[in-house]
Amino acid sequence: MITLTVNGERVTRHVEPRRHLIDFLRLDLGLTGSHAGCEHGVCGACTVRVDGEIVRGCLVLAASLDGAEVVTIEGLSDSGEVADLQANFVARNAAQCGFCTPGMIMTAADILAHAKEAGGGTPSRAEIREHLSGNYCRCTGYQAIVDAVEDTLKARAEHA
Amino acid sequence: MNEITPASIGLSREDLPNSYIGRSVPRPNAPKLVQGRATYTDDVVLPRMVHAAFLRSPHAHARIGAIDTSAAEAVPGVIRVFTGADLAKVCDPWVATLDHLKGMKSAPQHPLPLTRATWQGEPIVAVVAETRAAAEDGVAALRIEFEPLPAQTDMETALAPGAVVIHPELGDNLVFTRTAETGDVAGAFAAAHKVVEAGFVTGRHTGVTLEPRSIIADYNRADGTLTVHHSTQAPHMMQGVFAKHLRMEEGDVRVICKDVGGSFGIKVHVYPDEVAVAAMARILGRPVKFIADRFEAFASDIHARDHRIKARLAVDTEGKVLAFDVDDLTGIGPYSVYPRTSAIEGNQVVNLCGGPYDFKNYRCTTTVVLQNKAPTCQYRAVGHPIATAVTEGLMDLAAEALGMDPIEIRRRNLIRDDAYPYTSPPGMRFEGLSHHASLEKLLEMVPVAKIRADQEEARKRGVYRGLGFAAFIELTNPSPFMYGIGGARISAQDGCTVRMDPDGSIVASSGVTEQGQGTEAILAQIVAHGVGVPVSRVKIITGDTQTTPYGGGTWACRGAGIGGEAALQSAIALKQQILEVAGAMLQAAPESLDISMGHVTDKATGAERMTLHELGRIVYFRGDTLPKDLQRELVQTRHFITKEYPFAFTNGIQASWVEVDPMTGMVKLLEHWCVEDCGRVVNPMLVDEQVRGGIVQGIGGALYEHCVYDSEGNLLTTTLADYLVPMSAEMPEMHVGHVETPTRESLLGAKGAGEAGTAGAPGAIMNAINDALRPLNARVHEQPFTPERILRALGAIA
Repeated sequence: MITLTVNGERVTRHVEPRRHLIDFLRLDLGLTGSHAGCEHGVCGACTVRVDGEIVRGCLVLAASLDGAEVVTIEGLSDSGEVADLQANFVARNAAQCGFCTPGMIMTAADILAHAKEAGGGTPSRAEIREHLSGNYCRCTGYQAIVDAVEDTLKARAEHA
Repeated sequence: MNEITPASIGLSREDLPNSYIGRSVPRPNAPKLVQGRATYTDDVVLPRMVHAAFLRSPHAHARIGAIDTSAAEAVPGVIRVFTGADLAKVCDPWVATLDHLKGMKSAPQHPLPLTRATWQGEPIVAVVAETRAAAEDGVAALRIEFEPLPAQTDMETALAPGAVVIHPELGDNLVFTRTAETGDVAGAFAAAHKVVEAGFVTGRHTGVTLEPRSIIADYNRADGTLTVHHSTQAPHMMQGVFAKHLRMEEGDVRVICKDVGGSFGIKVHVYPDEVAVAAMARILGRPVKFIADRFEAFASDIHARDHRIKARLAVDTEGKVLAFDVDDLTGIGPYSVYPRTSAIEGNQVVNLCGGPYDFKNYRCTTTVVLQNKAPTCQYRAVGHPIATAVTEGLMDLAAEALGMDPIEIRRRNLIRDDAYPYTSPPGMRFEGLSHHASLEKLLEMVPVAKIRADQEEARKRGVYRGLGFAAFIELTNPSPFMYGIGGARISAQDGCTVRMDPDGSIVASSGVTEQGQGTEAILAQIVAHGVGVPVSRVKIITGDTQTTPYGGGTWACRGAGIGGEAALQSAIALKQQILEVAGAMLQAAPESLDISMGHVTDKATGAERMTLHELGRIVYFRGDTLPKDLQRELVQTRHFITKEYPFAFTNGIQASWVEVDPMTGMVKLLEHWCVEDCGRVVNPMLVDEQVRGGIVQGIGGALYEHCVYDSEGNLLTTTLADYLVPMSAEMPEMHVGHVETPTRESLLGAKGAGEAGTAGAPGAIMNAINDALRPLNARVHEQPFTPERILRALGAIA
């Protein structure tokens, strides 16, 4: 039995010891925004936030998360934290099939959060590419995604 | 009504308020994707649903002995175990040949094999359980006696005496062979000023859709219907396949595909494990879900591009191409894949080699053989990157032999832009291409002089950079000549039904499908444009065989060219119908009226006469006020198929700028350019991203991606740690330019754009690498161009 906070709501569930976080979110909580792409920690489609840091949902066991605070793409969307980033993804067509996109948004949100912590400096395109390099996208060629993240960083820096 | 022409419907007038064609409108379905609110097949949960897992063959070739299911059946949660014999009772096997590929042969394939496993990863036994985890526990408890057999893995020896004949009833491992020969090839080579030749290898690779293959089959015993939620590109084709092989009426099968997480041709084929799921649902009378995991994807998704080519090119003293002579060999695994067949890729190599160039003498043979590896079949830009790499590799070798600039040799040989219609040596008919305009556009974008100066300067510092070019042709908008004439039930036509509802909004349902390329966005643009409403007032329905007109779905870049034209024609018909009704209401001649941004207007003055909302209110709720004999069906359907040309060929050219480290053999991509001509561009932003995504898949095949087998037929690359795909940090900035030569087959004039990037990128990268290595007297022609292969070419390693 674990109790944790998911997208701001307290959740208590029995979980099998072998249940991964991604399966816990999708199968037990019906939060299908996070996706299982490779199930061995390479593709990043299952990226979610646990206690403020992004993790691979396919590498974390749910049973280890008693007391943790988890944010998924659903929570991130509802809070409005990355509404500007999501709008830029739409404007730039930085998503095609969309299967990687929730994980990509979670990672891009992490870039935005780190840029803010670092005092508002704007990372270079190469740095954005480096930060996104754990998230596999088969459709876009990445360039539109880098564009969308860069647009958001610049707009935030201007308004800071 | 006046005659409808591209000009009369404003296809070239972007200033009209609802002129959406040619405009970068954002995709209406993108917000749900970025918020995680899409519905992929695995997101669908049905009452009483159970889960399937498969025991897959651990051997490349083995006889299946006794199958002991007792321990598996005892696993908690396991409901039933199915063998090949169990499924054969309800499901007929298939043979994947096409009648027009003369002499083609393949063996019958069952959803689960009856006696022999023929590739490592082939599904052998299925376990159905309450959860996927329990089904996997059941698989682990299965006991199967496999008797390993010698495996035929090397395509080079597949036809040699003593080779293991994979299906003895076929006599040998030859699936298909075709030679196209025209002119006097031997004479041309004998008379040539220079002859260059090389051996090319394209590495077996696969699509790696991020969403794995996914299916839920639900058989309802009450009404005898099968509903299949399926991550597929061709729902109507799959409807027919399930019906035929499960012995059902086609009308009793419904295929639904909501969001599809990547396809690239991987999801347009019939997979035995997916048919097995449908057969198991038929037997169990309840929904069965199967989602391939990543290992299963690598071992059982179709592979592609496993080719070895020997090729020669003859040129005269001026660099004019005299003849191509190409010999292609490909291994396709143990079965041709249903229903498109695995012979098409080699056939395309024959059709496409030398494609951009004007020459007379041609010989190309493809030989397609069986082997004990995963089956290969159509993957994005079928055959194109192979033909382009061979053609463009030879062009660069010829330029080098002549001491000629690679741009100059291309300029001298590209088919003239005023030479159309044109028939190529292997018999492909080109309606209108733009090779020279595309080359000129590319040279406006690529700073060649600056790059050459940088290259020269860098070499002095021991830094080796190279610039490579690759021109290409691309086959799109296929007619029935692609599959239909071969007997396959794969539709080359597509339909669209457009209706206006009481609030003046428009709903369009189309047989083409959305896999992320933006089909629904361009259909909304086309319908909005055709009817005369804001694009926000259009809703698109795709991916449901019960609610959309019959069509082919998405493959060979037919969404815009075929589905888009059907949408345009139906939208124009609906507009005419609306104007008939409006004319009756307004006491005006329909010809004097127009529709703009949801208003009926006076055509001459543009003055607004009434809203569509008001027209809808009267039609649907106050029909008593309209003339009794007035036709008022605000719904129209049109279907479209190309008629004059078997295919709408497109063209383009790419350039790649790379740096090769001779110490490590690593290739760094510096910048990449592509100019392509897909005819009318409906949405420039979407086309650009299609091209960029395609380039990156081409880069993957050129540099990273490789399905590696050992000599026993064991697949060594079964995770994303072993099988490398391009990630953001290694990818270059990509610049895309367009030339527009609309096809006259349709009012819209759109051809396909999805294969262009993949078709040209490997050839451009190969030529760039070889340009970089030229001072070191090294060359590579075997993809992927791994550090090991480059170091071997440099003589740095043995």
